[in-house]
Amino acid sequence: MAAKERRIILKNIDRPGYGNDIDSYLEHGGYEMLKRALQRKPEELRDEVKASGVRGRGGAGFPAGMKWSFLDFKSGKPIYLVCNADESEPGTFKDRQIIHKDPHQLIEGMLISAYAITAKLAFIYIRGEFPEGAGILERAIEEARGANFLGANILGSDFSCEIYVHRGAGAYICGEETGLIESIEGKRPYPRIKPPYFPAALGLYMCPTIVNNVETLCNVKHIVEMGGEAYAKIGRPGNTGTRIWCVSGHVRKPGYYEFEGGALTLGELIYDVCGGLHPDRKLKAVIPGGSSMKILRADERFRGKDREGNEYDLGLEDLVLDFDGIALSGSLSGSGGIMVMDDSTDMVEALANVSSFYAHESCGQCTPCREGSLWLKKILERMARGQARLEDVDLLKSVADQIPGRTICAFGEATAWPVQSYVSKFRDEFIAKAEQQAAGRTGGNGRSAEQVRLV
Amino acid sequence: MNLKQETLQKIEEVIPRYPEKRSAVLPILHLVQEDQGYISPEATEWIAGKLELKPINVWELVTFYPMLRDKPVGKKVVRVCRTLSCALQGSYRTCETLREALNCQPDDHSPDGEFTVEFAECLASCHAAPVVMVNDDLYERVDDNRARQLAGEIRNGKAGPAETA
Ligand SMILES: Cc1cc2nc3c(=O)[nH]c(=O)nc-3n(C[C@H](O)[C@H](O)[C@H](O)COP(=O)(O)O)c2cc1C
Ligand code: SF4
Ligand code: FES
Repeated sequence: MAAKERRIILKNIDRPGYGNDIDSYLEHGGYEMLKRALQRKPEELRDEVKASGVRGRGGAGFPAGMKWSFLDFKSGKPIYLVCNADESEPGTFKDRQIIHKDPHQLIEGMLISAYAITAKLAFIYIRGEFPEGAGILERAIEEARGANFLGANILGSDFSCEIYVHRGAGAYICGEETGLIESIEGKRPYPRIKPPYFPAALGLYMCPTIVNNVETLCNVKHIVEMGGEAYAKIGRPGNTGTRIWCVSGHVRKPGYYEFEGGALTLGELIYDVCGGLHPDRKLKAVIPGGSSMKILRADERFRGKDREGNEYDLGLEDLVLDFDGIALSGSLSGSGGIMVMDDSTDMVEALANVSSFYAHESCGQCTPCREGSLWLKKILERMARGQARLEDVDLLKSVADQIPGRTICAFGEATAWPVQSYVSKFRDEFIAKAEQQAAGRTGGNGRSAEQVRLV
Repeated sequence: MNLKQETLQKIEEVIPRYPEKRSAVLPILHLVQEDQGYISPEATEWIAGKLELKPINVWELVTFYPMLRDKPVGKKVVRVCRTLSCALQGSYRTCETLREALNCQPDDHSPDGEFTVEFAECLASCHAAPVVMVNDDLYERVDDNRARQLAGEIRNGKAGPAETA
């Protein structure tokens, strides 16, 4: 049996009788860490976060303490904090749980973080499709204001801070931090080119800005509670703290599960925690970190040398669940969204589904991304609907290969990686589809348009 | 432009939150759409005037953001997630069933103007696929059977309060 869940962030979530109001939160020790933090110097808190080693939970896994240390404290301009609650990476659904069921944990984490980086104004950028979540956060902010945890001279200190909720309107690219910043500024959310526009130097209104994910900011509260060094002892070095894994797709018990870094393998998560696959089904593939990440084939082997120089030879089920463990597969654990596919899945259709997402969401600034994403979708939908050609596999690869590294933001990679990985790992299936359909067009057995399920 | 008193008041409240006025444009667009159902050219000019922007600075947002609408939609907007985890659990079928039951064509509202059924991208509740939103309300595990039932609830007014996109 796999390791037990260790709920730190999700501790009170789904606990019977625990509400999302401030009274529930206060009964469970809420805002005590804010009080404690206000007794300390901001730079001490920044050191704690650095010592904790906590890595960002939004996707890239960049160490939060290091990001904070890039802030330009000398510019004389105001410093802003932005919570990224856009949660739009397909397969990811943890931030919604925190927002709906424990909003004060996020607000306390944000207030401590704002104090630590000396920000007086903070925004929660929440995706437009979370109207209820936005309402819950607004109410929680008012409750916190009523108790003087927020607003002017918080708890009698010199520290004043406002938090506002800013709603998006259905565009995935607003999750990219510089697109998000443009969106708050009231412009089209076109990502900015980095350098020079690293938010820590030139962020919101060209002022130093920290953008962190919901789960990252919640962690800050627990880092203050435990102390950075103690927090760093949870999990594995480089993968400290817990992570919330969002499991969806073809497993019996999909859901959100929180584990210490490195506590279990992907196989244990799928079979022991999530109850395995449906009867008579076999595992076919897993996307380990949201749909942007490279897909893993159930029967492939991952070989190489790890950072210490030790050779490894692992199967999908042996991969250890944390940033570094998943990275050994050549893919990434990204936002923690694990999508599981069984042997009933048609990979051409699955890729057509994913590529349709990226074609819909490209902001359109960069030619390779805008044009490439649309062509990928067009080709894949045509293939899924019965017009696959043998040369399509190479065509897809050629289009995808021309996108990454040639764009303003990492959406380019997100568009290309699924295509590159599906096409190389399931090449036979793409070819077989083309052959079957060619036969179908001359009287054989193609998959008919009515059987297409994923596009 | 006949905005409700309440909407006008909320608009006045939201502007001073931001260090720069222009930032209020997206919240105001949400408020106006909530009030009027969509963003008309007239509304665009009004918002631009309010924030000292050019109308194009407002319109370019309406044309960019999927949730902002430039024409009227059904009173009940049904959004079906079509992204992978939901598709794997049959969301395309769910969408078809809802469309048929509510008499909607793809990307259009029902002839009586009551309903719109459209696809949405991942609604961030993928463990409970297929996921559907009816106006502001989330419905989980809407398989084909549940979709039939939900269509009935939408018709008789039980599902989904007023659109506040
Ligand atoms: C296309 C794209 C979409 C993204 N979407 C999200 C998102 O929905 N939520 C999120 O927290 N981070 C998202 N990110 C990552 C953010 O740019 C940023 O790295 C993150 O919010 C930083 O927070 P963290 O350091 O706490 O992880 C996205 C990045 C890209 C390139
Ligand atoms: S890579 Fe794509 S999404 Fe990113 S800025 Fe360029 S066009 Fe926009
Ligand atoms: S894929 Fe449908 S909610 Fe995420």
